[in-house]
Amino acid sequence: MNIVVCVKHIPDPNLPGEMDGTRLKRTGVQGVLDPGDEYGVEAGLQLKEAHGGEVTVVSMGPPQAIEAIRRALSMGADKGVLVSDEALEGADALVTARVLAAAIARNPFDLVIAGVESTDGYTGTMPSTLAEFLGVPQVTFVKKIEGANGAIRVDRQTADGYHVVECPLPALITVTTAVNEPRYASFKGIMAAKKKPVEELSLADLGLGADDVAIKQQVTELSPAEERKAGEVIEDDGSAAVRIADFLKEAKVI
Amino acid sequence: MAKIWVYAEVTPEGGVDQTALELLTKARELGEAEAVALGPGATKAAEKLGEYGAQRVYASDDEVYADYVAQPAAQALYELATQHQPELILFATNYDSRDVAGRLSAKTGSTLMSNAVGLKSTDVATTAIFGGSLVVDCQLEGSPKLVLVRPKSFVAEPAGGSAEVVPVEVAIGDELKKAKRVERHEEEATGPKLEEAPVVVAGGRGLQDPANFKLIEELAQAIGNAAVGATRAIVDAGWVPYALQIGQTGKTVKPGVYIAVGISGATQHLVGMKGAKRIIAINKDEEAPIFQIADLGVVGDALKIVPQLIEEVKARKG
Repeated sequence: MNIVVCVKHIPDPNLPGEMDGTRLKRTGVQGVLDPGDEYGVEAGLQLKEAHGGEVTVVSMGPPQAIEAIRRALSMGADKGVLVSDEALEGADALVTARVLAAAIARNPFDLVIAGVESTDGYTGTMPSTLAEFLGVPQVTFVKKIEGANGAIRVDRQTADGYHVVECPLPALITVTTAVNEPRYASFKGIMAAKKKPVEELSLADLGLGADDVAIKQQVTELSPAEERKAGEVIEDDGSAAVRIADFLKEAKVI
Repeated sequence: MAKIWVYAEVTPEGGVDQTALELLTKARELGEAEAVALGPGATKAAEKLGEYGAQRVYASDDEVYADYVAQPAAQALYELATQHQPELILFATNYDSRDVAGRLSAKTGSTLMSNAVGLKSTDVATTAIFGGSLVVDCQLEGSPKLVLVRPKSFVAEPAGGSAEVVPVEVAIGDELKKAKRVERHEEEATGPKLEEAPVVVAGGRGLQDPANFKLIEELAQAIGNAAVGATRAIVDAGWVPYALQIGQTGKTVKPGVYIAVGISGATQHLVGMKGAKRIIAINKDEEAPIFQIADLGVVGDALKIVPQLIEEVKARKG
């Protein structure tokens, strides 16, 4: 199986987010492989281990996004592709999908895997848009994958349960964090990753021009939300249950 | 007047997802509201959609829309939009709608605005970032403009009208019949629905062990008319089914009282519950972000406090 995993390099989600004008601050911020993408990488590696083939990691981002690719390579992916171009700064989901589609479509593939949504932007629409550009079906919110010859059978999360979906390949799926337990990169893996090939591409390399990546989504204003104020905070000295019950009574729910 | 479409998810029985009614209520305020409903039950659902302000409902009861994921619906919507030229199409952030919207964005070349929580006009939508502490106004572009709106962003109110039903006749080729739903499983839920319950009791990692989640259920039961919820962390860990998840990738709730037990208050969770009228939080860690939005915060051991609270509530209810 030729498996492509989309990954994103994001500001460390454990650090408080900052704005740079009307955009999320990214430069000079400690970056990591999006934790949600580790599940996609793991899913790709497990399919490769079961069915053979190759796992290619694809990302779009600034030059330092190569760190996220290296991280995926150290987990065991075979090679990487990074699309980096100044014209892509501030790209929305539509532009990102168009660029990734151009990068992915250069070679035959069986399955594209992405996380359900990125941890920083969480639009959750890029994978569906990418699937449409690639002309393949998609199944989002996958929590279990069974591969077979030329098709996959997956459990897709729904609001009240799950659906079993069968889908011929090539296809695109997005995986939830319930799909597997991502492996840690071993020391050997980290060393090996340094020698694995990473192809770096510009927009021109993909045959895309300024019109293809014009950002149409513009932020016009930022304003602080009406803050919820912290109320009373008490230390439990054995009477907290009574205090909570009083509160519930005041709220007329008991 | 601007023509605004709402993509409505419907059930085979002719039920309408609540989010579609919320969006119609807003759409009719901004322009001429119309709805698109695809799949079994769509024609029947038109009555309800009309009641909430849709003047016209483009409907097809064809099973192809329910059986195959996203592709047929995106194609039908694309052809309809090309023909009828709505200025704006609103989708709710639901599993299926999000997929359809994503594919439509590629077909039309319109940028898709996600996670909207408000609409100032047909040109400007608002979203909230950093756990809802910052509001961002976004200029919408494209023809049609595409916006995904989070559930419960608007209050659904009936307008008392009725809709003209326009049958949808779009040919769906085999190339769009790929990802097929072959089994449907629903997780049984008891008690009031999470999205509608006046009280929600939710548990997180601070419960320490899956077995302790029963404290959450017992507390909800003692209070009565309360639903139980959970954080992504314990859903991912397999303690409770996904149907209970509250937050960005789960359900959005706005109950009268929200009781957060052993929940630290990650952004991903806050997005789904900070609209609650009153919030009570019990957590060991006094630095937990949940205390910054709680009306009553208790720093202490949930495993000690909750059993006491259950007894106290039972005693008061007699």
